[in-house]
Amino acid sequence: MASGVAAWLPFARAAAIGWMPVANMPMPIAPTEKNKRADELIVLNVSGRRFETWRNTLDRYPDTLLGSSEKEFFYNEETKEYFFDRDADVFRAVLNFYRTGKLHYPRSECITSYDEELSFFGIIPEIIGDCCYEEYKDRRRENQERLMDDDEDKKDAKLPNMTFRETMWRAFENPHTSTMALVFYYVTGFFIAISVLTNVVETVPCGATPNTKEVTCGDRYTVAFFCMDTACVLIFTVEYLMRLFAAPSRYRFMRSVMSIIDVVAILPYYIGLVMTDNEDVSGAFVTLRVFRVFRIFKFSRHSQGLRILGYTLKSCASELGFLLFSLTMAIIIFATVMFYAEKGSTSSKFTSIPASFWYTIVTMTTLGYGDMVPKTIAGKIFGSICSLSGVLVIALPVPVIVSNFSRIYHQNQRADKRRAQKMQKARLARIRISKTGSSNAFLHSKRNGLFSEALELTSSIEEEQHLSKNQSLLESQHHHLLHCLEKTTNHEFADELCYEQSYLEGALQSYPSQSPSLSSQEGMTGTCCTRHTKRNHAPLPNSSILTCALSHTHPHHNLQELSTIHIQPLNTSRSSLNMRVDEPARLNCQSGTITTAIISIPTPPATTPESDAHPPPPGPALQNVVKVSAL
Amino acid sequence: MSHCRKRCKRQLTKVFRFFYRFLTGTLEKDSVEDDFELSTVCHRPEGLDKLQEQTKFTKKELQVLYRGFKNECPSGVVNEETFKTIYSKFFPQGDSGAYAHFLFEAFDTNKNGSVSFEDFVIGLSIILRGTINDRLNWAFNLYDLNKDGCITKEEMMDIMKSIYDMMGKYTYPCMQDEAPREHVESFFQKMDRNNDGVVTIDEFIESCQKDENIMQSMQLFDNVI
Repeated sequence: MASGVAAWLPFARAAAIGWMPVANMPMPIAPTEKNKRADELIVLNVSGRRFETWRNTLDRYPDTLLGSSEKEFFYNEETKEYFFDRDADVFRAVLNFYRTGKLHYPRSECITSYDEELSFFGIIPEIIGDCCYEEYKDRRRENQERLMDDDEDKKDAKLPNMTFRETMWRAFENPHTSTMALVFYYVTGFFIAISVLTNVVETVPCGATPNTKEVTCGDRYTVAFFCMDTACVLIFTVEYLMRLFAAPSRYRFMRSVMSIIDVVAILPYYIGLVMTDNEDVSGAFVTLRVFRVFRIFKFSRHSQGLRILGYTLKSCASELGFLLFSLTMAIIIFATVMFYAEKGSTSSKFTSIPASFWYTIVTMTTLGYGDMVPKTIAGKIFGSICSLSGVLVIALPVPVIVSNFSRIYHQNQRADKRRAQKMQKARLARIRISKTGSSNAFLHSKRNGLFSEALELTSSIEEEQHLSKNQSLLESQHHHLLHCLEKTTNHEFADELCYEQSYLEGALQSYPSQSPSLSSQEGMTGTCCTRHTKRNHAPLPNSSILTCALSHTHPHHNLQELSTIHIQPLNTSRSSLNMRVDEPARLNCQSGTITTAIISIPTPPATTPESDAHPPPPGPALQNVVKVSAL
Repeated sequence: MSHCRKRCKRQLTKVFRFFYRFLTGTLEKDSVEDDFELSTVCHRPEGLDKLQEQTKFTKKELQVLYRGFKNECPSGVVNEETFKTIYSKFFPQGDSGAYAHFLFEAFDTNKNGSVSFEDFVIGLSIILRGTINDRLNWAFNLYDLNKDGCITKEEMMDIMKSIYDMMGKYTYPCMQDEAPREHVESFFQKMDRNNDGVVTIDEFIESCQKDENIMQSMQLFDNVI
């Protein structure tokens, strides 16, 4: 219902005068207001603050607390006002929603209290206007992360009945859990430090014995260093094997970054053990020692900051890539220019363009070693431009990386973005559904109207009341207006899917009908009542199982319930939820028409799990549409 | 040709200004175009009493109508865009723009491009509180697009098409392209007595008075407010 412009409904109905002389059919009867009362002010007392508004304003949204009869629970007889023991500030936003049709989120309010108030008054937060929606979503996400942090802390709690393996893994991942784990943690850390130190000291020249040249410590105390190295590697190997044993998923553990670092750290030693005797590859063996320095990365298990740095670099890979790219471009340009500028001068160091690369890099990063210097005037000019621009090019991506680091540090990860995207899609879907809910509401109520017309004949008053109770006067007037338009143009509003089906039927008329005798006898009928849930805009053959079922019955067969296949709606607006006719209603209707269920399926074998229809005709399905007629 | 030259000149001056600013190091951005449209046109309707004399509404009804009017149009007048937007909210499935345009023309009696509250309420008063003849007159005024006193087939075709557009695409049975034309033909058959291809006001009123359906539907408007 166009609640925002509810006040203009009389105008819209008056404008229908243009249709009247043109229509060939009589118009439906207008809904009368059963108890027409003049618009009155009602007082809402929220924790002492009095708000007053017209009753019609609140009636605009009948599926909320204030718009429905639920507010009668809060009516205070003595003071003749509605008393709510809730937050008055948030109530302002709620009441403004009724007045203007837009829900705003006051920034000074706590997100949880706002959510609670909204759910109390029966308003879904998805309809927050675009002006406030971003803020609302951000606050919500922060809150959820805070809750998630709490959860993670709780994760350390020891579960009962953990196997030895699980205990070990928990000890490895969270060293604070037990003393043993802590001891292990510190011991490994110590040994990593020792190992790195050893590698460093190994190369320091230490003390020369007279008459020999300086030797490094490593060569002087070979045995000691070898023992130290062996001890470290032993500890690392044991640690790695223990982790491998305790890991819940060994394959995943072996693929993780930390385990690769572990392997790379200890492998050179073993390779060195194997290859010591072979002289040819001793050069390669020396190179392998370089990899020992990777042991320092094992510290990242011990340091949160290192991990964050790693994440930062990973996340701004694109910015780093761009930096590299732009630098490369600039280097090539300037190197070329410098080369050609310096070509003329004698004894120039700029022998080739790749040789000029070195000059360009050193200049752009403002290092300026001075081993290559331009001598010509042109070279000097271009060299100065090069150094000036170098500062700029390098300085530009740095703030991006810095901001990335702080962003990650405050835990704004990619996972959140993905979740936010999902939420965005869900929100759009919900808004779309609630917007189109008005047209659906009309179709629903038309069906209900049909029901109630038929029910009048059988005079079952309770069911009629049950079906029509949820329609406010505004809705019924709006529906009457749409009904008039239908009568004027002699066409009816239909769902997209029904439209497609009838279109398809029109196309299928040309095919020889292979449906059973029943349907050929009495033909197909009228209105489609589709209970479509997922708004599948895909063309018919791709849609999932739908039922387009009709509830008219043949007068001779009394108690006919066509059970419809209920597919639980994914996100439906509240109004359509209210309108949903759950129970298959029994009808007796004068217009004798046959029940036809059209079930369209993606694959030819017909599946009619729930309907009490006859088994589908043995003929091949026509373009994935199987006509099943049920009595 | 002069258009081209003007554009060239404008671009050149922009380039020169840019270089000048670059060389002298002015930090300010380009000046923001000062498009100050004084769009704060506010219209206040005449007094309640005067309106009550001009229309057949009671004071309370006028109050309710004005509140709704002012809610959507705080400036006191409706322009055609707002009119169309409001009207389209009632017909979510179809395109009500064309019909809303005709309505706007019918309400805007002094042809100044905006509908004030007086126009609005006077129009409503005729439709909702007037006699059947008044209503038929108003409807004829709506159909007669060029206000020349007779409805031609083209005018009727436009009106009919706009009504059918409001139904939208998804109808049952499927909307054929010929439907509006056929409807117009049947309308002219009914209304055009002397078969001269146009419907004058007298023919219109006479035919409507003879048609029971139309008479009955005219009475629908008695208790809209």
